[in-house]
Amino acid sequence: MTPPPEDRIGLYRFMLITRDVEERLGILAKQGKLKGGLYRCLGQEAIGVGSAYAMGENDVFGPGIRELGAFFVRGYAPRLVIMQYMAKGGGPTAGRETNVHFGELHPDGRGLISPISMLGSMVSVCTGVALAQRYRGLDAVTVAHTGDGAMSTGQFYEGFNLACVQRLPLVVIGSNNGWAYGTPTNRQFRARDLAARAAGYGCPVMQVDGNDVEAVWAATREAREICLRGQGPVFVEALTMRMVGHAAHDDAKYVSREMLEAWRARDPLALQRQRLLDEGVATQADLAAMEDEVQAMVLAEAEAALAAPEPDPATVIGGVYHGEPSPLAVAGYPWTHGEAAPDGWFRQDAATVESRVRAPFDDTGLWNPEVVPYAPVRAAVEDER
Amino acid sequence: MSGLTYLEAVREALREELERDRRVFLIGEDLGAYGGAFKITQGFQERYGMHRVVDTPISELGIVGAAVGAALMGLRPVAEMQFMDFVSCAFDPLVNWAAKCRYRWGKGVPLVVRGPAGGGTTGGPFHGQNVESYFANVAGLKLVSAATARDAKGLLKAAIRDEDPVLFFEYKALYRRPDLREEMPPGDHVVPLGLADVKREGRDLTVVTWGTTLHPCLEAARRLERDGVSVEVVDLRTLVPWDRETVVTSARKTAKVLVAHEAPTLGGFGGEVAAAIQEEAFEWLDAPVRRLGAPSTPIPFAPSLEQAFLPDAARIEAALRDLHAY
Repeated sequence: MTPPPEDRIGLYRFMLITRDVEERLGILAKQGKLKGGLYRCLGQEAIGVGSAYAMGENDVFGPGIRELGAFFVRGYAPRLVIMQYMAKGGGPTAGRETNVHFGELHPDGRGLISPISMLGSMVSVCTGVALAQRYRGLDAVTVAHTGDGAMSTGQFYEGFNLACVQRLPLVVIGSNNGWAYGTPTNRQFRARDLAARAAGYGCPVMQVDGNDVEAVWAATREAREICLRGQGPVFVEALTMRMVGHAAHDDAKYVSREMLEAWRARDPLALQRQRLLDEGVATQADLAAMEDEVQAMVLAEAEAALAAPEPDPATVIGGVYHGEPSPLAVAGYPWTHGEAAPDGWFRQDAATVESRVRAPFDDTGLWNPEVVPYAPVRAAVEDER
Repeated sequence: MSGLTYLEAVREALREELERDRRVFLIGEDLGAYGGAFKITQGFQERYGMHRVVDTPISELGIVGAAVGAALMGLRPVAEMQFMDFVSCAFDPLVNWAAKCRYRWGKGVPLVVRGPAGGGTTGGPFHGQNVESYFANVAGLKLVSAATARDAKGLLKAAIRDEDPVLFFEYKALYRRPDLREEMPPGDHVVPLGLADVKREGRDLTVVTWGTTLHPCLEAARRLERDGVSVEVVDLRTLVPWDRETVVTSARKTAKVLVAHEAPTLGGFGGEVAAAIQEEAFEWLDAPVRRLGAPSTPIPFAPSLEQAFLPDAARIEAALRDLHAY
């Protein structure tokens, strides 16, 4: 499955924005203008961008720490991310949170969930999001991100196992970038790869070249379709490489030069750029113009972030409990607890939802899974690891 | 016997909330076919369906994690811990997700995690703990402790309707006690969170308590009354946010206060209550605020050991007499 031409260019554009924003953040960090760590997704831009681009408008996205591009695909301005890193009061969390720890959920069910630092928890929380999507009868899926590090935690296991038992509309993208901070995968698990581990949960499993943005897009699309048919969850392993340290303070000396060189030749932006040229989707002039435009846009966004106000120390309290004043603009639900949910909030009646939930269980009440063969396509990049 | 037991009151609260609001659903282990470890949800899955009474694998972490996600999406999950001891397995989604989402990004997480806590049934170290103070230091959570059947129903309904995450402590030692049967008030019986209840009025001494310990406190108060000593018994009911006004008013009235609870004294929530009383009623006090809890050991199994561990009516009575003589 190949995306339409305008989307193939769009995928490249969002990767470009992602990289430019991170380059700008790197400069701001050197100028001493960032607070806290800078967690880059250099070399992994295709995964956040490709997976978010493949989603439906009403789907929910659950990012990890290296899916920055998804925020832009989902409509957030770069200045919001830059303000977060600068701890600005004008930022999306008014200085209460750091880096990509922000998000939004709308009463109609779409949105992006603010991650926390315990990354394995995202899959377990997104299991509940997908449960709610089905409960409300929404024609939507949840795309949750994990990785070779996060997948070692118990929260991944308990969340994903529950999602599989319940056949929830959940796509889990597992970025295998070779390293959990400074620990290589062979000290994290003994199985061949994340796909082999995921297969044990009994759900469909895919493996893709995580540096190929169109492959990530296509896999997410397919996984989404499987989920909408009620045959989810789906686990997609995306093979990639983290091209910098865990954060800016980490020089990643533990990674060999040969390994980095091999992966540098497979840079996701360069790959997609060359493909657009080779296949006549865009001309050199088109892309050069886009690159200039993105660079100028990101610079303007950074200027806007720099001009944003610092947090008012008086806002340290408030917004912990319902009803307390908060510096955050809270998009509250349009009804109170005492009322019924408004018309349209539930898209299906209870009987329909119940029949969908009950369907996978046979008359004896025993789990009766269809057999899902595990035969992932080995990516060309795998041998270079 | 008329009225409802504590357990039946919990069941009625869950049933009424399931009937009232389609957003409310139950999630936990063995809730459906088995009817729950204590049979509170017996028959619920037949009536409300598998999507509203969700059976899960043995996975407290997964249950509460999923409840967080569903609550973020606007549902009202009520997650059951078969024993409240197991909530330790779900620490991260409660402490780092449920408690913090509103402060961090403006999204409330209206969920309830409920289950039986406390000793008195020889459950041993992992089926008898009182874990409330683990969570009292986490801004964003509410902690509720019901000691009577009426309160169990009314507080649980309030917890389910609350916009914030609530840890709801029930007490298995009280679940089926016939002497705690009570008639429920008619209609929609809701007890607002954050309000203590003076379970017995008195003039000479105050004992502040919650949970199972309320009952030995009431027994001790009856014994002291025979000797002409009048004890006021304040049931805190909600630990976070707790009702300082009612407690301080009582302390100013009686001038001598004991705080009694089942959890170990060291680091127990009683320390917070005692500290607040000395801050706000120091000039009225005629004695230091005393605390009575369990020793700093795990809760032991054997009946004789458990009895020695838990604050009972005799020890509470002794502490009150000592305070009276001060």
